[in-house]
Amino acid sequence: MTAELGLAALWLAAALAGLQLLAGALALTDRGAMLAGIVRPVAVVQGVLALVAFLALIAVFADTDLSVKLVAMNSHSLKPMIFKIAGAWGNHEGSMLLWVTVMGMAGGVVALIERRLPEPAMLATLAGQAFVSLGFYAFLLIASNPFERLSPVPEEGNGLNPLLQDLGLAFHPPTLYLGYVGLSVAFSFAIGALVTRQVGPAFARAMRPWVLGAWIFLTLGITAGSYWAYYELGWGGWWFWDPVENASLMPWLAATALLHSVSVLASRDALRAWTVMLGVVAFSMSMIGTFLVRSGILTSVHAFAVDPQRGSFILALLAINIGGALTLFALRAGTVSEGERFMPVSREGALVFNNVMLSAILGIVLFGTLYPLVAEAMGAKVSVGPPYFNPMGALFAVPMLVVLAVGPLLRWRRDRFSRVRRLLVIPAMLVGTGVIAMVALGGVALLPTLGFALALGLGWASVLPLKGRNLRRTPLPIWGMVVAHFGIAVSLLGMSCESAFSIEKLVAVKMGDATGVGPWQVKLDAVEPMAGPNWTALEARLLVRYGDHGKVMQLDPQSRSFWAPPQQTSESALLTRWNGQLYAVLGGEADDGRWQLRLWWKPFVPLIWLGGLLIALGGVLALFGRVASDLRRIFAREKIAYRRGRIAQLESSRE
Amino acid sequence: MKRLLPAFLLMLGPCTATPALAQQEKSTAAFAYRQLDDAAKEQEARALMETLRCLQCQGQSIADSDAPIAGSMRSLVRERIAAGEKPEAIRAWLIERYGDYVSYAPQFTRLTWPLFAIPLVLVGLAALLLRGRFRRGGGR
Amino acid sequence: MSERRPAPKPARAPVWAIWLPLVLFLAFVVVVVIGLYRPADRTVASTLIGKPMPAFALPAALPERPGLKSADLAAGKPHLVNIFASWCIPCRVEAPQLGALAKAGIPIAGISVRDSEEALTGFLKENGDPYWRIGADDDGKVQLALGSSGVPETYVIDGRGVIRYQHIGEIRPDDVAMILQKLQEASR
Repeated sequence: MTAELGLAALWLAAALAGLQLLAGALALTDRGAMLAGIVRPVAVVQGVLALVAFLALIAVFADTDLSVKLVAMNSHSLKPMIFKIAGAWGNHEGSMLLWVTVMGMAGGVVALIERRLPEPAMLATLAGQAFVSLGFYAFLLIASNPFERLSPVPEEGNGLNPLLQDLGLAFHPPTLYLGYVGLSVAFSFAIGALVTRQVGPAFARAMRPWVLGAWIFLTLGITAGSYWAYYELGWGGWWFWDPVENASLMPWLAATALLHSVSVLASRDALRAWTVMLGVVAFSMSMIGTFLVRSGILTSVHAFAVDPQRGSFILALLAINIGGALTLFALRAGTVSEGERFMPVSREGALVFNNVMLSAILGIVLFGTLYPLVAEAMGAKVSVGPPYFNPMGALFAVPMLVVLAVGPLLRWRRDRFSRVRRLLVIPAMLVGTGVIAMVALGGVALLPTLGFALALGLGWASVLPLKGRNLRRTPLPIWGMVVAHFGIAVSLLGMSCESAFSIEKLVAVKMGDATGVGPWQVKLDAVEPMAGPNWTALEARLLVRYGDHGKVMQLDPQSRSFWAPPQQTSESALLTRWNGQLYAVLGGEADDGRWQLRLWWKPFVPLIWLGGLLIALGGVLALFGRVASDLRRIFAREKIAYRRGRIAQLESSRE
Repeated sequence: MKRLLPAFLLMLGPCTATPALAQQEKSTAAFAYRQLDDAAKEQEARALMETLRCLQCQGQSIADSDAPIAGSMRSLVRERIAAGEKPEAIRAWLIERYGDYVSYAPQFTRLTWPLFAIPLVLVGLAALLLRGRFRRGGGR
Repeated sequence: MSERRPAPKPARAPVWAIWLPLVLFLAFVVVVVIGLYRPADRTVASTLIGKPMPAFALPAALPERPGLKSADLAAGKPHLVNIFASWCIPCRVEAPQLGALAKAGIPIAGISVRDSEEALTGFLKENGDPYWRIGADDDGKVQLALGSSGVPETYVIDGRGVIRYQHIGEIRPDDVAMILQKLQEASR
């Protein structure tokens, strides 16, 4: 029953999306004006129905209703409840349903609260949102119905990939999806603005909280994804430039650029066409990324079965949505002026420069990710990996980081570099010291050296905008900017230290033997079998000590065997100190009874993810600041309206 | 202890990490899980391994993979580095056998030149756009 | 600054820049459509086809049978070189086909990869033994030297020791004729 309820809700939501599109589009014409009133309520109800469908899917997963094909394929009655629920979106159909749910709800919220935009732009925006949603509803209902029944009902489900039975990974995809889909709102606003030719500060202010929110989720999603890859894969790597990672990085790069250009548009009424363009590109990157992963076109051999039907369906959606939006852009952007002018040396100038650098990095990542496909079309196989992405990315990232240190200190419209020169003496000296220190150490490659030095300089420079301000009166968005920029320095420092100072030790040790890695002493004390809810494991007990006099601590890396489906994973064990992380993995047993251990000492590696969290926190502060001031403005406006009303009343009563 | 695909793969769908079937693949590759004693050479080997693609798991470098063939490749790299061979010679040896696919570092060839041209194109585009902007914007 | 000048013409993006994103996107769609509809060939083929077999000398995998040297394969007659292992399930699937080829008088040299003598003996007892010689590639080095990326793979070597063809994956019953054809070509 629940499954049918979900399916019915999904069909209804799709029908309402159709209505929302039609009514929104007709209401823009002279004859359909009376339809304008229904667009907002329809958008809200559509969002609610999508949510009902999603909750229904969670319900069938929670009871392990094996008559639903998706449950039988992806779940198992023995799984812990939390993973049963997470299983609802840990598969293709469920994650697409999550996608439309978030999209529908976002549209509903926009319809409920956004009152700043002129009504026609609002109608066009909601129609745009409905248009994009409609494509995804069609995809779900035609090509990947999550509620399909199965007959006969199997005795037991197929289980869920054990790697997904990890709390972190269970919540990682929805986080990224919130980010992806949040960008759909920016996309719809951009469409609305293009259709009605209303590109200006009001448009930017309406769009900004959505871009910020989506960007926060993307930042968190990427940070978390990188950390889980780091501890799950068991080799100490944290970023692989894998197509799937790139698929999550590209929307982030576009959203970061968009975030900054939206700010310029909101406060200075400049960069109009560019901002609209980025609004289209950011969501396009989300869809392209999802497509690349979903279609299996880029991932490797054994990972996904390529499903041409689904692949073509998403591709058709992409072509219609992105192609349509870019055509609209090309037709309309010529009539949108760039807005206010500014000089190269100015806050806007720095923001434009960094926007261009971010776009260039985006271009490199996209091109490098797709190039193997291009080469294959020409009949050859090539691989593009870290040795390409790292230096090519750095080519643009280094100038960007330099400008990032200076930009926030500049004034809007026009400034002189000489005005801020004195402030930058210390950061410049820090950069110099960093380079000299790394060169003196010897053996450190160019990129970590540059990264380390720039991180020091940027770390200092990023807090300079607070100089001379009353800290308690500094607006939250300024705090947000400072924290986020500081987070970039922190993350960069972690990356450089990881790359420059990591120590690796691969050893085979006898029970009771000790070995060392960096400042740590590690003793293999025992290897014992143990049982989990749906796995068994061999667990090593390692006694570890930092330096000669440190406290003895215990680390328990495991080698796990799951049985539904049968699969082995290695669970690394991590020990975090203020100055780094000890990373231990249990390998196989050799014939002579010795155990293979993989150990790493990674100085300052947690800074990578701490920096990521700081970046996201910066976003949260900025979002709070913006929303709070928006709310204040709304209240103030209502108060004025109320007073005006009162005055009018009094005047009329006097007459 | 089989290879796992990058966790990101999991974000969007089912993936197959190696099933724990009865695979008694027994490698005698000496340096699959053993480092070279010479730290400088080990570092050189490690840097090379990070840029070679595992042939079986395909989404990972041989430095990050538990696949037995990756172990054989690591051992090959370490032994040849220990024997004094240059990393680029080892890469060339592998490319001669497996094609460009095996190297994550694209070589500059007739087929891959666009990869190296794209940054120049991007710089050019950026310069064109910015120049136009500021020439007009800076006019007064 | 207070002086009012006539408003300058508003700055607009150049036309090429406005159409560029659409053009790039269309290029993307074309590349992806090609990628989506061409048959997915996900194997990594050896690039040594048409080149001489790299020199190697493998010890015997089983005590009663000689090992395998590359020189053995350049003795004037075409050979098959089968890369296999007891732990590989597709190798069991192709065993009957290899048996048939051996019966047809084709010398099949085996290279057993990352395997042990006991396991290999059991495998051959269970699935038949078509091999003329078996070299033990216990550390996988010769597999790498041949440009083989997985197990099983079968190479057709001509009488001068040149690699003429590489078959990736198991030999299915309907591949046998094709393999014989390749051997025929190699003997010319």
